[in-house]
Amino acid sequence: MTAPQSSSNPRRAFLAAAGGSVASLGFVAVAPGLHLMAVGEANAATDARKAGTAASPTVRWGLLIDAGKCVPGCTKCIDACHTENGVTEKLPDPRQNSQWIRKIELVERRTGHATQLPMMCQHCANPPCVDVCPTGASMKRADGIVLVDRHTCIGCRYCMMACPYKARSFVHTPLHAQNPEVPRGQGCVEACTLCVHRVDKGQQPACVESCPQGAMMFGDLNDPASDIARRIASVPTTQVRADLRLNPGVRYQGI
Amino acid sequence: MFTPNPRHEERLFYVLAAIGGLVSAIGLAAALYMEHEGHVVTGMNNQFVWGLPHVVSIFLIVAASGVLNVASMGSVFGRVLYKPRAPLSGLLGIAMMSGGLAVIMLDLGRADRAMVAATHVNLTSVFGWNMILYPVFYALVAVYLWTMMERRMNPYSKVAGLATFIWRVILTSGTGSIFAFLVARQAYGSALLAPMFIVMSFSWGLAVFIVVQSTMYAWNDLHLPPLILQRMKNLLATFVAAVLYLTAVLHLVNAYFAQHLDFERFILLGSEFAGLFWVGQVLIGSLLPLALLFHPATRGRVVWVNIAALLVILGAFFQLYVFIVGGQAFPLEIFPGYDVKSSFMDGAVDHYTASMPEILLSLGGLAIAFTMTTIGVRVLHFLPQDDLVELEAAGSITD
Amino acid sequence: MLRLVCLLLLIAVSPAPTLAHNGDAHPQRTPVPNMVIENPGKCVAPAEEMRRNHMEMLKHQRDRTLRQGIRGEPVSLNGCIECHASKKTGSVLGKGDFCESCHAYAAVKLDCFECHQPKAGFKAAGVKP
Repeated sequence: MTAPQSSSNPRRAFLAAAGGSVASLGFVAVAPGLHLMAVGEANAATDARKAGTAASPTVRWGLLIDAGKCVPGCTKCIDACHTENGVTEKLPDPRQNSQWIRKIELVERRTGHATQLPMMCQHCANPPCVDVCPTGASMKRADGIVLVDRHTCIGCRYCMMACPYKARSFVHTPLHAQNPEVPRGQGCVEACTLCVHRVDKGQQPACVESCPQGAMMFGDLNDPASDIARRIASVPTTQVRADLRLNPGVRYQGI
Repeated sequence: MFTPNPRHEERLFYVLAAIGGLVSAIGLAAALYMEHEGHVVTGMNNQFVWGLPHVVSIFLIVAASGVLNVASMGSVFGRVLYKPRAPLSGLLGIAMMSGGLAVIMLDLGRADRAMVAATHVNLTSVFGWNMILYPVFYALVAVYLWTMMERRMNPYSKVAGLATFIWRVILTSGTGSIFAFLVARQAYGSALLAPMFIVMSFSWGLAVFIVVQSTMYAWNDLHLPPLILQRMKNLLATFVAAVLYLTAVLHLVNAYFAQHLDFERFILLGSEFAGLFWVGQVLIGSLLPLALLFHPATRGRVVWVNIAALLVILGAFFQLYVFIVGGQAFPLEIFPGYDVKSSFMDGAVDHYTASMPEILLSLGGLAIAFTMTTIGVRVLHFLPQDDLVELEAAGSITD
Repeated sequence: MLRLVCLLLLIAVSPAPTLAHNGDAHPQRTPVPNMVIENPGKCVAPAEEMRRNHMEMLKHQRDRTLRQGIRGEPVSLNGCIECHASKKTGSVLGKGDFCESCHAYAAVKLDCFECHQPKAGFKAAGVKP
């Protein structure tokens, strides 16, 4: 179940070639999309990275969520996420609020079996949001964390159309109460960052830490010795919309 | 139609230009307001990511490409009848492209970052391609117009026309591909959308051309030669029928796919969009115009052909609304086989209502296209000059 | 034509704003930036260099941090804010505060704080779903 992160994305390469041939029809692209630099040495899985070192391509951060342990009515992970990331706005139209993480209640039609689970950015290895972003603002870090570079996001929302998980939100109003470590602002698209600012310090994402049931596990999917990789190797897990072959970094158990 | 005397005519021009300018300015003001307050003042949200501004701007962009078909018929396919109409079609192409791009750029969350969009191009993105496709479109059409309107440049107009033709086929494929590349959503993600958008552009562009041409002839107290009307109406009918055919194929194929069946049932039968589809797109936008273009009582009359063309344009808006808004109203199927529920519209059909600022922005885009056309035909020479002798020589006057 | 000439003359003789002086040269007519530095002497580079290059330094650092994940570099926007936030408002963006005063003076749009928090040590509350 732990398909390792492919080092090269065939879809991306194909599209870039197709795009390049369009561009070559009498036009030179001014600045081709920024590609991630695969630099840096391997780090110990959950230690803080040393100052001055880059995220490592040998690591792939991911989550394993046990839906069986997720309790109805509990919103601890959502609260923790909002506090950590400074999601403070409450607009009259709830659909205009940011949805970094949400709880989905599931009832299987055939059996009536009911579960619930938290849904957030799945940090795909082949993220459609990165493919469709016109400016390259939507990007995947070397360690598999998918982020929005708000310095170059123009707010076109094409990534939101492309995401199969409705994991991305558009900031609909001016913001003033951001946390210093989590910049976010009007007119840009945003999503779960896997608490990248905490991960870089060797901490767990806020949602994982907050879950009273221990239903969420964080770690390096690429390290066979990590807890998360061992668990995925031993119990059946699910990738949401596995049919799309996006190879998400978030896996589920018990659905 | 009444024929005003020159002074009235001049006053009418200024009134039209002023109205167009005013509505454009109101649209710009609405965009500034959206930029200042945030998209909270629109009806768009995280479920309806794209709304009315996208319906209007995609119409303008698609029709802008299609209206140049008139020019291509003359320069690429050598139809004598269409040649004198090429400059007007070029002007309309530029005017509508400007209106459409203005709306889509002003709707951006960070419209102030147009320079970022121009200097950071991600080649895996269809939107990224557009950053190349649209500016080159402008340049090609401008050069093409120049080769047609400057006598010394005439010999190059065929080459420029061919380049423009090829480029706009690629451009409209790109517009269709914006949706074709969306694997996530049941409503989109079909390769058929690229060719379908091309045929849509032919149909809508020609409809716009027919209306503008008739208005210009009436304004100048001229009569459109019946032969020209005849040819254009036949062509329009062909395109309208082709769009209808592709629409039918798209829905039939999707309705066969079990995974798309729920969506097809939603969009064709069980939603607010079903009425817009059958009455708006199919009846008003396709069947009625086809009837008007073929019925013996109406097919030869300028006024009915124009009404048919206006209906085609109206139908285009219905079609894009059903396609863009309807496609987002249906819940994304994240967990097939499950009934799902959440605080964010999972598993639930949603409803979109456009707010005043986005309506004004959309009207502003239409007004930009209108104003540029009005001023263009006034200050430059765009009225088609038919050489009847040449038409006769080409053997096309007789039918 | 005459009006145009008068206008041009008027522009020519009006006092040109200069950044160099500290408010003494044109006490009333020319506003000068209020450069109160709360924690002097600890900057990552000499003031002269910061004045000219802070935007380039921040731009390169932001790309390294966001795109490559490099943390803990000497240059960082939060580092600037820690030192330069005013004692009164706690911010670099209030009227007369460090960033605002100079950018207002030079009429250069300041885009950082559309997304970044201008107050030192700010803690957001979060919202219940």
